[in-house]
Amino acid sequence: MFLLTHMITSFIASAGFGVLFNAPKKSLLKCGFVGMVGWFVYIWLVNWQYDAVISSLIAAFTIAVISQIFAKMYKTPIIIFSVAGIIPLVPGGIAYDAMRNFVENDYNTAIQLAAKAFMISGAIAVGLVISEVINQMIRKVQFKSRI
Amino acid sequence: MGKEYPPTIEVIEICLLAGKIMLQGGAETYRVEDTMTRIAASLGIPHSHSYVTPTGIIFSTDGTEPAKLIRISERSTDLYKVTLVNGVSRRISSGELDGKEALARLKEIESADYTFPVYQQILAASIASGCFLIMFLGSWTDFIPAMIAGGLGFVSFLYVHRVVQIKFFSEFIASLLIGLIAYFFVYSGVGTELDKIIIGSVMPLVPGLLITNAVRDLMAGHLVSGLSKGAEAFLTAFAIGAGIALVFTF
Repeated sequence: MFLLTHMITSFIASAGFGVLFNAPKKSLLKCGFVGMVGWFVYIWLVNWQYDAVISSLIAAFTIAVISQIFAKMYKTPIIIFSVAGIIPLVPGGIAYDAMRNFVENDYNTAIQLAAKAFMISGAIAVGLVISEVINQMIRKVQFKSRI
Repeated sequence: MGKEYPPTIEVIEICLLAGKIMLQGGAETYRVEDTMTRIAASLGIPHSHSYVTPTGIIFSTDGTEPAKLIRISERSTDLYKVTLVNGVSRRISSGELDGKEALARLKEIESADYTFPVYQQILAASIASGCFLIMFLGSWTDFIPAMIAGGLGFVSFLYVHRVVQIKFFSEFIASLLIGLIAYFFVYSGVGTELDKIIIGSVMPLVPGLLITNAVRDLMAGHLVSGLSKGAEAFLTAFAIGAGIALVFTF
């Protein structure tokens, strides 16, 4: 039930972001799907007591792979799918908590939270990079085998 | 070959227009450069150089034509136009479109407005805010407050931005309003968790596209664009944070 709620809400939220970013109407459902899968991976891993950083990394990687497949299938720029999928992972909550603690003069907690938010954004970036690297490697190998 | 190519000046115009639309729509810098080079190559200019930053495009061909520069002053997010230009570029590469047709099509794309109607955007923002609240483990009783706060925050962002052309100011006002509305709901007993409501409703303003783009640009070796987009994302995040923080200082 917990996972089902998360799947439905993340689907709607990601599709909503598709509307805000003016993604093509046809791809709104796919945006929602990418966001749903990414968030599902994240929340499932967090539920299994994995660290938020590791979970973000794996979720971002999953999103990037699906976006690449979709981009190839539908011949559209990859950015349409990856952006909508990444949004839920952005550590908005932690960044907010950090900001709040800064304002309340609790700098120790604030710095800790800010470092955490930074680590998570780094993990998302690395997840995207790894998938891109693998994609380029596959393309290079295919190119070589053709020669 | 025997194929007739359009004059160089026209090719430059096509490339710059395509690049301009894509950059304004929020495409990654490396994609813009790639598209421009591809279009030029398929229209008979195999060696061209483009230098794209978030604020301007320089494009030159290896010939007698001088390099051209255009300034990009307004950037928004319009992924539909990016997709359309991408499609035009593909059709030029495959030879379906010649220079004149491509230019006409690009001009048509540039002047058209494909955005969703404003009420749909506001609806999407408020529903997304509510859904984010649930995703961040909020309780269902806060769903409606988050929807209202997120929707009104987005409305104020749109309208303040129309009056004052400074993005950071409108983001600041929007997040300030979100903070006040959330505080009002919790104070009056309708909402329960102030933090969760604020986090959920602030999400439509969060610079997710910029962050993703900045990373992709850095990865592709476009250090200047990557860093400047990163700076823009940081400023946006700072504006949102400052707006919320102001509510807490009261």
